[in-house]
Amino acid sequence: MERIPILKMNEFLLVSIQVDMHDRLAMTLQDDLTERIVRDRARGVLIDISSLEIVDSFIGRMIGNIAAMSRVLDAETVVVGMRPAVAITLVELGLSLPGVRTSLNVDKGMELLRASLGGGNGHRDARR
Amino acid sequence: MVTRGGSRLSEIVKKHEAGIVAEWIKEQLAAVKTTDRMSEADLRADCERFLSLFKTALQSSGGADIMSAPWNETREMLAALSRSRAKAGYTPSETAILVLALKLPLFERLRGEIGGDAEALASEVWHTTIVLDRLALLTTEIYQTGREELILRQQQDMLELSTPVVQLWEGILALPVIGTLDSARTQVVMENLLQRIVETGAAIAIIDITGVPTVDTLVAQHLLKTVAAARLMGADCIISGIRPQIAQTIVHLGVELQSVITKATLADAFIIALQKTGAAIGRPSKA
Repeated sequence: MERIPILKMNEFLLVSIQVDMHDRLAMTLQDDLTERIVRDRARGVLIDISSLEIVDSFIGRMIGNIAAMSRVLDAETVVVGMRPAVAITLVELGLSLPGVRTSLNVDKGMELLRASLGGGNGHRDARR
Repeated sequence: MVTRGGSRLSEIVKKHEAGIVAEWIKEQLAAVKTTDRMSEADLRADCERFLSLFKTALQSSGGADIMSAPWNETREMLAALSRSRAKAGYTPSETAILVLALKLPLFERLRGEIGGDAEALASEVWHTTIVLDRLALLTTEIYQTGREELILRQQQDMLELSTPVVQLWEGILALPVIGTLDSARTQVVMENLLQRIVETGAAIAIIDITGVPTVDTLVAQHLLKTVAAARLMGADCIISGIRPQIAQTIVHLGVELQSVITKATLADAFIIALQKTGAAIGRPSKA
């Protein structure tokens, strides 16, 4: 069965969605990710959706849910690389994901995570 | 009665074609003051073509229903002519006079041919008037449509022109909005802004609404949508250029702008943006 890989980078988890999300895949990701956060004791989760071209209300809500679940498990979640068309679609659907932190790319998302965790190697300067 | 009249008219037109064209052109040149826009040769060609189509249409239909099939070619020719005149800046009356000026020479000929029979003359004149009036109305209508197309295109151009996205600093974009924000414009503004955010990797976008004359609930909603979309992409938005009156309206309307940083001037917004990106501007201290 198709799965979205979850990579571990130090205390963070990196999820890169490279295929079109369908409902089953999103559900599996939700299960896998919560499992991994607990198992790896991750402090932050980075979800890269730069390859995601199509979203519907369900996927939009799933992204919000996944972020909320990670927060409950004490892991900061940053959604990075959302495409303009996807952002407009989500806003038009009324899903502006109020609780989700966002960033333009993986680099900046990583900095944001480090800064928010107050890690020693974190940069306050978001521009680098 | 009308159909019988139609057949006489086409006969007469056929008989006096050259004379009618000459008089017709004279009428038009007299009616249209700004003759510099049209050359007589072009006008003559147009008139001759129209009259021959008009004649054929009269012969084959005989009726006054200019929407019927025999009139197709005449209608198309008139449409093309009116459209080009609308683009060239003719007035509606100058466009309609093209057809209406044909009345006088036609009536003259009719009187010459069947002047003795008052009954027949009246019915012919009546028939001719109906046909020509309808054609003239058609030119006006098409002229109007042509103008509307022109306005629509200009509107489109303005939409593109009036929403530039400016880069103020590394990672800071400014979007000066000028004019009313309706849904169509919001769409363009949003797309432009988001595209530029991707291109420049900007972390902060300043939306300056100094040039927005009024802010109602709809405009505010559009603004908030833009802000939300930019946030989803990972860029923060600051709304600046809020005039005192607009601040009052926003509060009276109960619009919720709490989630967005708002500043009175673009300068203030820029300073905040610089602080957020970790840069600073100061005067060099005198050493």
